Amino acid sequence: MATREVEINNYSLNFGPQHPAAHGVLRMILELDGEVIERVDSHIGLLHRGTEKLIEYKTYLQAVPYFDRLDYVAPINQEHAFALAVERLLGCEVPPRGQYIRVLFSEIGRILGHLLNLGTHAMDVGAMTPILWAFEEREVLMCFYERVSGARMHAAYIRPGGVHLDLPAGLTDDILTWCERFPQVLDDIATLLIDNRIFKQRNVDIGVATAEEALAWGFSGPMLRASGVAWDLRKAQPYDVYDKMDFDIPIGKNGDCYDRFLLRLEEVRQSLRIIRQSIEEMPDGEVTTLDPRISPPRRAEMKRSMEALINHFKLYTEGYHVPEGEVYAAVEAPKGEFGVYLVSDGSNKPYRCKIRAPSFAHLQAMDFLSRGHMLADAPAILGSLDVVFGEVDR
Amino acid sequence: MDNAVFQWLFAWLPELLQSLVWIVILIMAILLPLLLAVAFLVYFDRKIWAAMQLRRGPNVVGPFGLLQSFADGLKLLFKETLVPAGANKGIFFIAPVVTFSLALIAWAVIPWGEGIVLANLNVGILYIFAISSLGVYGILMAGWASNSRYAFLGALRSAAQMVSYEVSIGFVLVAVLVWVGSLNLSEVVLAQSGGVGSWFVFSHFPLFMIFLISAMAETNRPPFDLPEAEAELVAGYQVEYSSMAFGLFWLGEYTNILLMCAMTSILFFGGWQAPFAFLDFIPGPLWLMIKMAFFFFIFAWVKATVPRYRYDQLMRLGWKVFLPISLFAVVAYGGAALALGRV
Repeated sequence: MATREVEINNYSLNFGPQHPAAHGVLRMILELDGEVIERVDSHIGLLHRGTEKLIEYKTYLQAVPYFDRLDYVAPINQEHAFALAVERLLGCEVPPRGQYIRVLFSEIGRILGHLLNLGTHAMDVGAMTPILWAFEEREVLMCFYERVSGARMHAAYIRPGGVHLDLPAGLTDDILTWCERFPQVLDDIATLLIDNRIFKQRNVDIGVATAEEALAWGFSGPMLRASGVAWDLRKAQPYDVYDKMDFDIPIGKNGDCYDRFLLRLEEVRQSLRIIRQSIEEMPDGEVTTLDPRISPPRRAEMKRSMEALINHFKLYTEGYHVPEGEVYAAVEAPKGEFGVYLVSDGSNKPYRCKIRAPSFAHLQAMDFLSRGHMLADAPAILGSLDVVFGEVDR
Repeated sequence: MDNAVFQWLFAWLPELLQSLVWIVILIMAILLPLLLAVAFLVYFDRKIWAAMQLRRGPNVVGPFGLLQSFADGLKLLFKETLVPAGANKGIFFIAPVVTFSLALIAWAVIPWGEGIVLANLNVGILYIFAISSLGVYGILMAGWASNSRYAFLGALRSAAQMVSYEVSIGFVLVAVLVWVGSLNLSEVVLAQSGGVGSWFVFSHFPLFMIFLISAMAETNRPPFDLPEAEAELVAGYQVEYSSMAFGLFWLGEYTNILLMCAMTSILFFGGWQAPFAFLDFIPGPLWLMIKMAFFFFIFAWVKATVPRYRYDQLMRLGWKVFLPISLFAVVAYGGAALALGRV
């Protein structure tokens, strides 16, 4: 009797781009052996908008709103990186009040980003409730955004030279009141999940990245800190007034999904500390540089002075020219190191703007983190990576 | 059949047909209120869930959104039924019918009061057990016939899950029926007469916990909703279903949940009996419904609170924790029943 040769193929499963747990438009091809993941092939590019190329055709001010649309769950942090890069090329100083406001809103952005991730991570392992509690608070934070910039998400608030406008009256009081109330919500989320046996079983020792692996794969932010590397740009290379702030950097021990969850939870608490300090220590004064080549004249002055009107017109049509040179500026965005590499040829538009998005580096780890785990662990790992496709695809 | 109105209406029919008509009327008397109750339970479920998530839940259709389920049902009814190109059409359509009808026929033996039962079977427990074991076929057929990978994986998980937890449920039932000395559900309830103190929930507490948790697993409710785990399998075995075919799964699922609530009430909470003698004026069926609603609330509460198990963890819980405990309980309660001279 002749032996028959049978070829056994692994089962491959398409995960996304239209999938409830794909966090946007990620498409993954999962190769499964039963329910065990053998290989993950991530396909990206479905949200590519050509941001970097578009920025080359915009003046420096017009480029700001593109940064809101990268990591759209924490828009202001990206603007911050771009503003720092342009300021370093221009060599301009931001007045102290402007710096404090930037720090304040960067931390609000961090809470926005982390709240979304805490909620979605919990949802990816099946807990449906925390995300709605988290979104309730995100709503409040977006209202703060709206009051300061007029837009709930795409703020275009931090601009090269400072911030667009001073804080409206009463906003700081409202933020402080919220800071008093908010830890209760965090405690609620924590009590629901942290000691829950099922939540632990789903996250402890899942998707472990050692410190060496984390560094080798270019992790940054919470992903790196969860693996035990105490690296935070706010401490390591302080920008604006972060060096005056008193806060701790939590680090993880095991680098698994559970550590990442706890770490983000603790970072939110630290952000609250920074928010309180920045409001309490905020000096009076200008919020943006007074250099007339960069910031527009005051509205009252424009009513009286012809030169001011012309200056305003020139700034909003031609924009300002940035001296020739290149610079890399990075901020500690909620997801990690968000960097902007700018090359200026001395004109009013960037010659090249390369964006370093933390999610992009983290997503490539999906394969090695998921191997050998069960199918149900893939969403948990993906949730703990905290990817947002706005910045992965750019 | 001795009802005067019935006699007046159907006396002209032959004897055999008369009894048939009478049975159909009885079935309708159970099924229509049941399906109506399911519609409101879905609403109840969504409202509880919403309240725990700081949302409002359905509140637009009808007063307080009470008619939401009917609007949803009508919507499903009017939608086009889509059949995937690669599907096995026959099995694809039979699957929801199987699920739905199995969910309904189990209700035949549920006693609503003393003597108020459609079929007072002497093997009522066995019947329920058989029907709920068959439930897995609907899901398995749906997953296989859809010819979709999500549905296939969902069906495989579901089959393994339902079979595993049926074993513990079976042992819990055996322990109870040995104690009672009867397979008849009415007898089980009567064995608990004498107020809240003689309910089995106290004397059989570990069994009650195992039964309640296994019931959640058996009905694919969170934290055991792996077959339709939307985080990885989108909707599991239901993924290719639309319109009323989906609606039947949906109805079947909730009817099964309700059945499990009824079984918990009957086995451990005295069925139709009032907890205290002075509350006896409330009719039996109402008591059973109140108890069912209470357990349904627990189901909804759990759904809003806990994350989902992973497949292997679920199996571990079923085979390594629940099975040994329930197996031991059978021996322990059997021995106790023997020692107390109940058998």
